[in-house]
Amino acid sequence: MKLFQERLWAGLIKENPVFVQAIGMCPVLAVTSSATNGLGMGLAVLAVLFCSNAVISLIRRFIPATVRIPSFIVIIAGFVTIVQFVTEAWTPGLNRSLGIFIPLIVVNCLILGRAEAYASKNGLMASLFDAVGMGLGFAAALTTLGGVREILGAGTLFGRAVLPSGAQPALVLSMAPGAFIALGILLALVRVVQLRRKGSIAKTGCGSCQLCGEDCPSAGKGAEA
Amino acid sequence: MHWVELFLGAMLVNNIVLARFLGVCPFLGVSSRMGTARGMGFAVLFVMTLASAVTWLVYYGILEPLGITYLSTMAFILVIASVVQFVEIVMKKFWPALYRSLGIFLPLITTNCAVLGVAVLNVREGFGFVESLVHSLGTAGGFMLALILFAGLRERMAETAQDVPEALRGLPLSLVTAGLMALAFMGFQGII
Repeated sequence: MKLFQERLWAGLIKENPVFVQAIGMCPVLAVTSSATNGLGMGLAVLAVLFCSNAVISLIRRFIPATVRIPSFIVIIAGFVTIVQFVTEAWTPGLNRSLGIFIPLIVVNCLILGRAEAYASKNGLMASLFDAVGMGLGFAAALTTLGGVREILGAGTLFGRAVLPSGAQPALVLSMAPGAFIALGILLALVRVVQLRRKGSIAKTGCGSCQLCGEDCPSAGKGAEA
Repeated sequence: MHWVELFLGAMLVNNIVLARFLGVCPFLGVSSRMGTARGMGFAVLFVMTLASAVTWLVYYGILEPLGITYLSTMAFILVIASVVQFVEIVMKKFWPALYRSLGIFLPLITTNCAVLGVAVLNVREGFGFVESLVHSLGTAGGFMLALILFAGLRERMAETAQDVPEALRGLPLSLVTAGLMALAFMGFQGII
């Protein structure tokens, strides 16, 4: 149980995939025009991560090291297809608004990163805890960003009006440029807190998903880049 | 005329990074220097066009006749991974100079969601073979344009990095800059 708390804390706060590690950015920016879409995408990623971490952890001893990345991708693609069917059947509206970002969960750095960095090295229960922690952290971050953009851009939250009727929402926040600007400002706020508490900023960027070797142009450069 | 429209639409109006949010990771990751940005741009152009052609053929040649189009996600990612591997081997053998400048970007491209994204979009929009090629060329051109413009901005910004508050330095400021670029690109919406 202590491990569960530790993984949950890591995923939600300490190593939050979006606000601290800054990985898997494409869906973060694309589907967060409303809190509902952000939550939907977050749950879809959580489901895929939970299943893929479980399977990869179970068969980690049988996968040869040289072909592990392609094997992980095939396993992840299988679960993504299942999630795609489920959303198509039960939540067609959400499926329409998430669009091509559901099949694109396959190449989400977060999922492959957790498979490579955690599930392929740890037992089943630990990997499941890790998936829950990281998945919830991702979902929470997407819902937060979606909520902020929805309140400021449309004056609603989960579709209900929250701003007083006289207030004019800033439409640009629910459009493409607003995604970049809102995420940039939220990341800066997180860093203000990090600086106050620890005096330094955690390492971020695609380099932290460790998919390519040391000569990778984005490895390690994400933070200062 | 139809193809020019498709090309410009994919490159400027629906810019893959700034309007569709695909390939954001390499956009932020390899844009700190102009040289690497150009290399990544050409590598994506090469792989994206080739991968679009092959995935189109796989989808309409194998998956559709067999009625297994639901396997498209899995088939596409395998095709892209093997195309990248193939390009790497061929390049190493026949164009070693090109391999030295683009080679390090190739493994990254497998997980570049822009490549898979274009393959999925081609099928969803119901494009024919030539349309798919034009669409992916335009998209890759848009990726390269955004990446090179952004690298230029960041090289200039790096000169005055000390004046920026510490919390905003690096990624947060890059994101805000990208947001302003996206705002500028919205100006292209009227041209088609």
